Amino acid sequence: MERTVLDLWVGVFVAAGIAALLILALKVGNASATFNVGDTYRVSAEFDNIGGLKPRAPVKSAGVVVGRVDQIQFDNERFRARVMMNIDKRYQFPRDSSLSILTSGLLGEQYLGLEAGGDTENIKDGESFKLTQSAVVLEKLIGQFLFNKAAEGGDTKK
Amino acid sequence: MLDRLAAPLRRLGRQCINAVWRLGYASRFFLFVLMRSGTSFRRFQLVIKEIYFAGVLSLIIIIVSGLFVGMVLGLQGYETLQKYGSAEAVGTLVALSLTRELGPVVAALLFASRAGSAMTAEIGLMKATEQISAMEMMAVDPIARVVGPRFWGGLISMPLLAAMFSAVGVFGGYLIAVVLIGVDEGAFWSQMQNAVDYRDDILNGVIKSVVFGVAVTAIALFEGYDAPPTAEGVSRATTRTVVTSSLAILGLDFVLTALMFRGA
Repeated sequence: MERTVLDLWVGVFVAAGIAALLILALKVGNASATFNVGDTYRVSAEFDNIGGLKPRAPVKSAGVVVGRVDQIQFDNERFRARVMMNIDKRYQFPRDSSLSILTSGLLGEQYLGLEAGGDTENIKDGESFKLTQSAVVLEKLIGQFLFNKAAEGGDTKK
Repeated sequence: MLDRLAAPLRRLGRQCINAVWRLGYASRFFLFVLMRSGTSFRRFQLVIKEIYFAGVLSLIIIIVSGLFVGMVLGLQGYETLQKYGSAEAVGTLVALSLTRELGPVVAALLFASRAGSAMTAEIGLMKATEQISAMEMMAVDPIARVVGPRFWGGLISMPLLAAMFSAVGVFGGYLIAVVLIGVDEGAFWSQMQNAVDYRDDILNGVIKSVVFGVAVTAIALFEGYDAPPTAEGVSRATTRTVVTSSLAILGLDFVLTALMFRGA
């Protein structure tokens, strides 16, 4: 085979391979969402129970992704979970905003819901949200429900 | 009496020694290939020729099988997921199974039978027709001239082929799920992008395909170089290449998966 034709085919092959990798990274994967990590600020919050929240879970406000969970630690002094998150610099929130752990769909993944408060001052890098609501633990919910039912049953017997 | 008792033990011992000797020989061969690959980069045209034979000529089988694997995943995934009312997750299913496992593994299996067997047969036949000895007579190092470029050509081709396999497979899943069945297109892509991480899934898939590329080409070249210089020897070596490299791919895949995705 002639050398120029060979070079052409190999060039096409390598270019197609790199294009496939780029498609995988940008169209299939979330590389485009992860690249702009430079302009975020870091805040934290404490929860009694984080349920199934995982690092990289989205932080959503009004359903829009505004940041991502970065780290989850256990505070051994207060026995609570400390969740660090990176929030996009474009979005600023009042200091008294509240965070709750929610589930997308019936069986979906858990995410942090951010409800804006009414404070005039915005939260800054390194600070923490004070108002938090823990994840709903299904077993506790069922236990409470059964307890209430039992209590009701006791009342009617009287 | 004692001799008859000792015979099976002696046979076992000989087999073990042979296996270890062969492993050592293969490792030394591999080391020689790496040490003498300077020539491959100084005369890169040789590598380009091998990329053409191992990579470009494997394109059709890779693309066609990728398309069909993606389409089957789309169909089967949809059948099961729609029972739970989450047919949109079919995009996630197709993309994750392709980038993590099927892309590198199936592409490597196809590569082993398409390109690996050809490498073994070629080198085995060169040895049988005494071309390798002729090179040595002319003071041309056959490992640097024949084996090295094939090794690097296969190593460069393999990740590219696996990436194309995955990309075409995702497109096949898209064709079935969105175009044919009518799953919502936006949900298909957005759920996929939410679930697939470019570092955890795509980069790990690329690492896997590089490892498989090394394993397949090293096995194929060693079997060819080690083949007895007869017609029967070459045919046996070719068979052994396909069997050994397929087993190596599947075994390595388990080890790599266990290392990469352990309970993450």
